[in-house]
Amino acid sequence: MSTLTKPRLWERFFWPVLAAALLFAVWHYSVVWTGTKVFPSPQNVRNGMAELFRKHVLWADIGDSLRRVAIGYLSAVIVGIPLGLSLGWFPAANQVVNPLLQFLRPISPIAWIPVAIIFFGIGDPAAVFLVFLGAFFPIVVACASSVSNVPMLYRSAGRNFGLSNIQILTRVVFPASLPQILVGLRIALGIAWLVIVAGEMIAVDSGLGYLVIDSRNSGKRYDLVVAAMLLIGVIGLVLDISFRKLEKIKSVRWGFRNAA
Amino acid sequence: MSQAGAMVNSPIAGPKLKVQHLGVVYERDGKSTPVLEDLNLDVSEGEFICVVGPSGCGKSTMLNAMGGFLAPTSGSVNIDGEVVTGPDRRRILVFQERGVFPWLTVEGNIGFGLSKLSRTERKERIAHYVQLVRLQGFENTYPSDLSGGMKQRLQVARALAVNPDILFLDEPFGALDSITRVIMRGELLRIWQTEKRTVIFVTHDIDEAVQLADRVVVLSSRPARIQDILTIDIAHPRNISSPRYLAIRDELLKQIGLAYEI
Repeated sequence: MSTLTKPRLWERFFWPVLAAALLFAVWHYSVVWTGTKVFPSPQNVRNGMAELFRKHVLWADIGDSLRRVAIGYLSAVIVGIPLGLSLGWFPAANQVVNPLLQFLRPISPIAWIPVAIIFFGIGDPAAVFLVFLGAFFPIVVACASSVSNVPMLYRSAGRNFGLSNIQILTRVVFPASLPQILVGLRIALGIAWLVIVAGEMIAVDSGLGYLVIDSRNSGKRYDLVVAAMLLIGVIGLVLDISFRKLEKIKSVRWGFRNAA
Repeated sequence: MSQAGAMVNSPIAGPKLKVQHLGVVYERDGKSTPVLEDLNLDVSEGEFICVVGPSGCGKSTMLNAMGGFLAPTSGSVNIDGEVVTGPDRRRILVFQERGVFPWLTVEGNIGFGLSKLSRTERKERIAHYVQLVRLQGFENTYPSDLSGGMKQRLQVARALAVNPDILFLDEPFGALDSITRVIMRGELLRIWQTEKRTVIFVTHDIDEAVQLADRVVVLSSRPARIQDILTIDIAHPRNISSPRYLAIRDELLKQIGLAYEI
């Protein structure tokens, strides 16, 4: 394939499908040749998947996971964006808060699970809180840094045209930092999806994370474990692809081009 | 243009812009670096002034002080007899590049400073300036899809749309290729002749200065002082191989301390 010409339509689908088929083949034959009794083959997983769909709890699990992610993520967006923008806008405030943020940020949300359970008990609020924590820090940091990265030129131009401080924030700084904010939001959504699976293994008794750990605990059903893992991957991919559509919006597209 | 009528032959006595003993000192890490020293300049209404000088001498600093973006350490800048204390939409600064807003279309950029106008007035004003800078057909295009020259024309249009009396241009064509630069000079002259604004134009290009300016202000190296002010007494359109043109150009080159031969 030449890197200069755009790949043809069939090529764009053919090669990824081939790579996936190869992976499945390696998986299948590894199971056959090693004669493992524990790890499922692709056929086992397919049967497991079919069983999950038949049992109907699957849809409830998916719904629960998505709901927790939605609530936790949206709360992080609602709190994180204004906070991040203010920190970028007021460097003095940033100097006070930033060390604290940088200290809390590397603590994995998984480490918060015991604390979340003390705060909220076993149940939805604990899982939502973990998602919130996972999404909150990347959003705040992305917003703060994107605002402080807005070229001075744009602010000067805004002042030159007689804009008030609020107008400069809403008409210049916010649109100028939006592409970078979107990147932060997308990373945060990915983290939220990672965190919910881990959180559901401990803090609640439903959802895809619970499905994974429950399938293992009740009868070592590794076919169901792997089937649930695949579903988690597919849903994560769909979330990411949907989010990427936002980057195509014309008023932010300039920020995603190599040339811009 | 109806709104342009107000500034033609206005009966103001004295200069449009008056720079008196302007001095700027930068303070950094406890060290103070004088950048501008005792600049004095009178600019009359509708005049086209070019500022040249060695690179890093403080041309942009001078422009920023005139535009109100930078408070002078000493001296003052007066416009229409008023001391300049901050940026103002009556005088717009045009930057070298990346000055247009990439999140707005051509229309959005030109209309940026017009939010106080009614919808129809705004539309008319935008249409007028789209036409003036010859960007018809690109109204809904984003800057990332425009060439460098088109972006600079857009920036000039955005500036003119708010009807300023003074345009400050900070090496506006400095990032363009040489052919586009020559075309843009012609465009700017055409616009200046139709719109009748006072223009202060900073450049490091001697030819640009001689082709455009009524007067050329030559700054010395840092700390910048006004070394000389040359009047270019050639009518537009200027023949760039005429003896008079070449003589003025050579005089400028000599002022800046450049040899005639390379």
